[in-house]
Formats: sequence, C-alpha cells, structure tokens
Amino acid sequence: MKDILRMENINKIYPNGVIANNNVNFSLREGEIHALVGENGAGKSTLMKILFGIEKPTDGKIFYQDEELTIDSPLDAIKYGFGMVHQHFMLVESMSVAENIVLGSEPGSSWNLDSSIQEAQAKEIIDKYHFQINVKEKISDLSIGLRQKVEILKALFKGAKILILDEPTAVLTPQETVELFEQLRILKAQGHTIIFISHKLTEIKEICDRITIMRDATNVGVYDVESVTKEEISDLMVGKSMDWNIHKTPAISGDTLLEVKDLTVLNEANIPTLKHVSFKLHRSTILGVVGIEGNGQKELVDSITGLTKADSGEILFKNELINSMSVNDIRSLGLAHIPGDRMERGIAADSSIEENMFATYTNDNKLVNKNFLKTKEINKWSNNLISEFHVKASSSNVPIKMLSGGNIQKVIVAREFTSNCDCIIANQPTRGIDIGAAKFIHKKLVELRDKNAAVLLLSADLSEIKSLSDSLLVIYNGQFVAYFEDASKVSEEELGKYMLGIEKQTELEIKRCER
Amino acid sequence: MRKLSFDSKFEIIRFSVAILIALLLSFIIILLVSDTPFLALQKLYLGPIENLRRFGNVIELAITLSFAGLSIAIIFSSNEFNLASEGAFYASGAVAAMFVLSNSLPAIISPFLSILLGGVVGAVIVTIPAVLKKKWGASELVSSLMLNFIVLYFARYFINNVFKDPSAGYNATYLLPETAKLSKIVSGTRIHSGLIILIVTVIACVLFMEKTKWGFELTQVGRNRQFAKYVGINTSAIVIMSQVLGGFIAGVGGAVETLGMYTRFQWQSLPGYGFDGVIVAILAKNKPRYVPIAAFFLAYIRIGADKMATSTDVTSEMIAIIQGIIIMLVAATAFLSNTRQKMLVKEVRNNG
Repeated sequence: MKDILRMENINKIYPNGVIANNNVNFSLREGEIHALVGENGAGKSTLMKILFGIEKPTDGKIFYQDEELTIDSPLDAIKYGFGMVHQHFMLVESMSVAENIVLGSEPGSSWNLDSSIQEAQAKEIIDKYHFQINVKEKISDLSIGLRQKVEILKALFKGAKILILDEPTAVLTPQETVELFEQLRILKAQGHTIIFISHKLTEIKEICDRITIMRDATNVGVYDVESVTKEEISDLMVGKSMDWNIHKTPAISGDTLLEVKDLTVLNEANIPTLKHVSFKLHRSTILGVVGIEGNGQKELVDSITGLTKADSGEILFKNELINSMSVNDIRSLGLAHIPGDRMERGIAADSSIEENMFATYTNDNKLVNKNFLKTKEINKWSNNLISEFHVKASSSNVPIKMLSGGNIQKVIVAREFTSNCDCIIANQPTRGIDIGAAKFIHKKLVELRDKNAAVLLLSADLSEIKSLSDSLLVIYNGQFVAYFEDASKVSEEELGKYMLGIEKQTELEIKRCER
Repeated sequence: MRKLSFDSKFEIIRFSVAILIALLLSFIIILLVSDTPFLALQKLYLGPIENLRRFGNVIELAITLSFAGLSIAIIFSSNEFNLASEGAFYASGAVAAMFVLSNSLPAIISPFLSILLGGVVGAVIVTIPAVLKKKWGASELVSSLMLNFIVLYFARYFINNVFKDPSAGYNATYLLPETAKLSKIVSGTRIHSGLIILIVTVIACVLFMEKTKWGFELTQVGRNRQFAKYVGINTSAIVIMSQVLGGFIAGVGGAVETLGMYTRFQWQSLPGYGFDGVIVAILAKNKPRYVPIAAFFLAYIRIGADKMATSTDVTSEMIAIIQGIIIMLVAATAFLSNTRQKMLVKEVRNNG
C-alpha cells in the first residue's frame, strides 16, 4: 500500500523556546488506522496541530497524494480532506444534531436556512456510515458517546478522508468504546484513513494497523501493531530501560506519615477516575505507584496535595485530616510535590529561575522579613541552589523558559526538596530529561528517604520505579490491582500484565498496602 | 550591567519600531492635510516645550495619567480586565469635592482626609466587579463597564442637586474652599502638590510589586494561575487584593485631580482617565516603575496636539491616530512575531 500522506522533517519551536518537534517524519497509508503514541509533551499533539493547520511548523514539508501542501489554517486542512475530533468537543450545545453536522457548510440559500434540507443531508451522511442518532435532538441532551459521534459526522460531512481522533476513548465508557471501534471499522472499510492518538495500548492493539511512537519531540519508531508487544511500545515511549544503578540500603519502614482511606474522585462527567483507593505511606520508605498514564494517578496526586477536593474518603497526613485544607496549609505541614505537568503547573514560564524557586518560600523568615522580601538574601540563596542542584544557567535571573526540560526539572526539585518536607509526592520526576539529571534526582530522593522522609513516587518508567521504590502499587482504571512488598522481587513482565489490566491480585493481597 | 534577556531585547525593538511607525504616519498625514505642515509638526513635537506654562500642562496631565496608569497596571497584573477605575476616578473626585464642601477642616487635614476618602470610594467601586466575578462568575469587563455609568449618574445626582451652586451659571458645585485645595508648587504653572503624592504612590507601588510578598504573589498569579495554586498561593485573595488596591489608587487620583486642578467640581460625564490608564499600563507593560514615563509620553503628545490645533489647521484629533497606532502595535503580540521567531530560532539553535 502506498503512502497517502507524508510529513517530512517537521520542526516546531514554540515562541517560548520549547522544541516540540525535532525533525519528525510521519506517514500514513491509505485506509489504515494509525496509532500515534507518546507521553505528554512528546510532541504528538503539536504534530497533529501542524497537520490540521492550527500551528505552523518552523520548517518541514507535508505531502498529500504526492502533492506538497501549505496548510495555513484548519479551513485549508478541511479543504484537503482532513478532519479532527478534538478531545474536548467543539459543538454548539443549544443546537440540534443536524445543525451541528452542517455547521459552516449549510446547504441551501444563505438567506433562508431550511432545517428540512439540513436534516435530510445530515440523515444521509448518518445512514451512509451506519450511525444510530436522531438528527433532531439537541446536543445538550446527548451522552458523551453520542456527542463524539456528532463530532465524527461533522468531519465526515465536510468530506474528511483522513480523520484525526485525539484520545477518543478517554471520555468513553467501555460499552461506548466498543461502539466507537465498530464505527471506526466501518469508516476504514469505506476507505477512510484514521489517526488514532491514545495512551491505551490495549485499545491500540485491538484496532490499529500501524503505530508511530514519539518521545522527546522525535519519532522513535514506526511498526506494524502486530509485530510489537505492548511492553515494547511502552519501553519506546518512556525511553529504553537504562541501567539506573541506584545505591540504596534496604528500607527500615518507620511510622505512618500519610494515610489514604477509601478515596474516590469523580471527573467533570461524574465518572469516577479514582475508585475507593486506600493505602498507607511510612517514613523512610519510597512507595511506588506504577501504571499507564490516565489510570487515576493525576487525581490521586491532586487530591493528596489539595489541588482538587476528593469526592469521598479521607486523607490523613501526620494524623491530621487534610481533605479540605488549602494547598498552602498542606505544604506547611511538610508535604512537597513535584508535579507531573511540568510546564503547565510546575513553573511560571515568564518568571525567572529565582522567582520560580522562591514561590513556595514566601513565609520563610530567612528570606522574608515581615512580608518584605530580602532581595539580596533571596538572590544569594537562589544562586546557591543553582550550583547545589547543578542547574545550567548563567544566573538565577534568567527566565526559566530559556532552560532545557532537565534543567527546569532541577529547578523544581531544588524548590521542593529543600523545603524541610517529610513527605514528597514525586510525579514523573525524571520524565523526558537527560540521564545525568535523572540520576541526580534519584540520588536526592534516596537521600531524603534516608533522612526519615517518605516518598510517594509515580512513574511510567518501569525500570526507574522498580529500582527506586521499596514497595510498589500498580494502578489500573482508578484502582490498585497489585501490591508488592519488595519492589525488587517483581519482574517488569509481571508488572506489565497488571498495568494493562490483564491480571489482578486478590483483595487480600492488595489490602497489605493498608498496613 | 546585567545582560538583557531575550524578551527585553525584543520588547525594546518592538516599542521603538511602533513609535517610529506612528510618528512617520503622523508626518505623512499632516503633510497631506495641512497647508502649513511644518508649522504643525513643529507645534506638535516642540509645542509642549515652548514655554514653562505649556510644559506645566504636560506635567499636570502626566500626574493624572500616572495615577490612572498605576491603578490599571496593578489590576491588570492579576490578568483581570476590570475597568471600573474610570467610574472610580469620577466618583472619588465628586466625593472629595462634596467632603470638603460639607465641613470646614483646616488646611492639610482637609485635603488629606478628602483624598483618603476618595481612595476608599475608588477601592469600593473597583471591588464590586471583582466580587461579582468571584461569587457568580460575572465577566469583570462587562460589569465594570456598566458599573461606570451607574456610578456616574449616581454621583452626578448629588453634584447637580445637593451641591449645585445656582450662581455658577452652569452645572457645578459651590467653589471649593481654599483650605481644601492642593497648593501650587511651581510658579508660572498649575503644577500642584499632587505631584508629591504621586511620587510617593509610585515609590509605594514599585516597592509593593517588587519587594513585598504580596506583589510577588500577584505577579505569579498573573503569569500562571495554575502554578500559583500549585505553590500554595491563595489566588482568589490575591486577585481581589489587586483590584482593591488598583481602585484605591484610582480614587486617590480622582481626588487629587479635583483638588489640584479645579475651583469647582464640574465633570458632567466620565473623564476618560480610566481608559487612558489602560493605554499607559500597556505602554508600561504593567510595571509601576515605567508608568510615569509612559504617562509623560502620552501627556506630551496630547499637549502637543492641543497646541498644534490652536495654532494651525490640523485638529487635535490627529493625536488619536498616533495614539491608536502605537497602542495597536505595542499590544498586538503578533506584530513583528516573525522577526521574533527568527531571532528565537537562531538563539535556541546557537545554545544547542
């Protein structure tokens, strides 16, 4: 089969200096379902935005049926026959299904919209692709699954031959996912080409023909889905397992520091993303939580750190109930947090390194005197941290956005690790950063553990989490599915099975983490 | 000297280009429409420094514009677009006048209390849209613009009914008592002691934004609210604080203007200073330390335009064009963005 679309040597440097795509090549064959995977920030969304005309590449070429295209806007992309179904739907809720489907290319006279023609045309496209949906219903009355179908129909109505689906199953129930897949197979049979962006490897194995894997702004491989295992895919996504070689003594578990009881968190659609989760975290231990991204890790971290409120359950830190405490109060109790979304939450990109470091220290008497900043001390302190944590920067006054990912992470780590904390929630602490920086962060985590602190480590990198954690929990679909008292005694293959939901320990085995 | 960051370097280039383009365009337009283009240009650009009185006018206007600019700069630092400073300017001027008319306090104490009261009135007015947004999610932009008119007509009722001087011959209050007025500090001009109040306010604002915990937190909230929440800043408190403060400064500005420049309070419509404050704040990039410079620049070209209008056949509205072009080019982040992108790509590739 020949390539219908080729993107060649795509480069994208964002205005804040971030390199999102670095010489990326991407190609599609006619009539295939092509998976595009990679961690957050790997560059897959940027690549798709370039294809759909939302972002312009810094350089690079796009060929469609061997013809070079210039795509300046989504209108151009639609004209060429590309359609995109965004993760967050772009529908007018107060209008009917038919009106939404024909929106932007309404049939008939421009002066007199005729709803019967609109409905007839919408009906035609619905029947052609065997969808089951009532054209007269209002969007606001539809379920999420049906809304997604309207989004797909909207793209098809505009003549899309290539459909880009951005994490389409993230918002769906399992039954809706099954329906969606049937629909995608029908589309494929009718000659459409589909790009399927997802984190869920099981689904990719089920529906996709080929897969492109991205990491750190580059394409790290294209495979036939049949010929790679899920484990190989996840290795490629997070970077091939390297020898972490962490020197640490066996843990001597101390008092309980953090206790989570029966925690449940719902998302905006009121679907539970974390279901009745319980565990205890002891001093002088590193407890790893491993799972494929999007299985409830973010909700777990956010509710412990006070960024979201849990819908039910209790979180006790140093025997105090912290469910409804402010972020600042929880931090003052001695909890530090390395966030998973480094650029969105971990830093203020327009602020300097110093400002980013100082942000959690505004109540520190050494640096602030009765609400007045001791600028000289702060400057000295921040420059000391820069050298202590080996941040590559000429001074602490440099805007943080000019640094590389690894150095930005070092700034975050410097801020969080020096705050006299007893408990650190480290979410993907080394994702997408160079080995040197990663090893440094690992060393620091072990040092803190040995100083009687507790670490809750979340990572998608199996070899990292296995070698760093003392004990290990596996999270799948918002629940813990396995607990290993000694993380070093479990193989990656075994972990993989739990992470993918193929296997599950008994309730009793999992409950050991509540001791 | 510290090496300029990439962004500062680029901003300087952008500002200079914007001002140059605007001046060039004004030059072309004047050449086209005027019979005496060179006289018009001379009046426009040199008029304000022809004599002391004219230069005094520039300073007088710059004082008012600085208060307005500081107010808006502090409010905009939190990324909230609350424009109630306009109404705050009017109401605090009116309240300051009514206050000094309804008592006979001695000099210094009378203007001091009056200005303080003006500040409080301003703070209350600007806080209303902030609270509406916090409680009910009402857009602060819309509610503040509407509020301005409620404030105008409410205050005007008292001015035109309760405090109206029938012998004035027009709608205005009684003459403000001499003890209440701000003294002139430069002879030959109307520059008043409000300048001193302004200098104190500017210093206070610069210290607040750059040296206090609250200013630091306000800056971070404005730059990335997600980050601010994550590090434990009480973002809603900070956002409200910035608007209370911005409102207070606008209120002080309105009272100072009334007591420094007028014999009676006679505004019958919104003075427009709140909106001028937006121009000043944009030019100053929301940094209090640059506000007086931006205000002076704006005051200078406005007084120049007045002088040009009175001496030649070019009307003073000409200045609106220059102002408009500068603001548009400075505020338009996409202006010169290709140049910026090229500079950036070079810089990123150079640094590996």
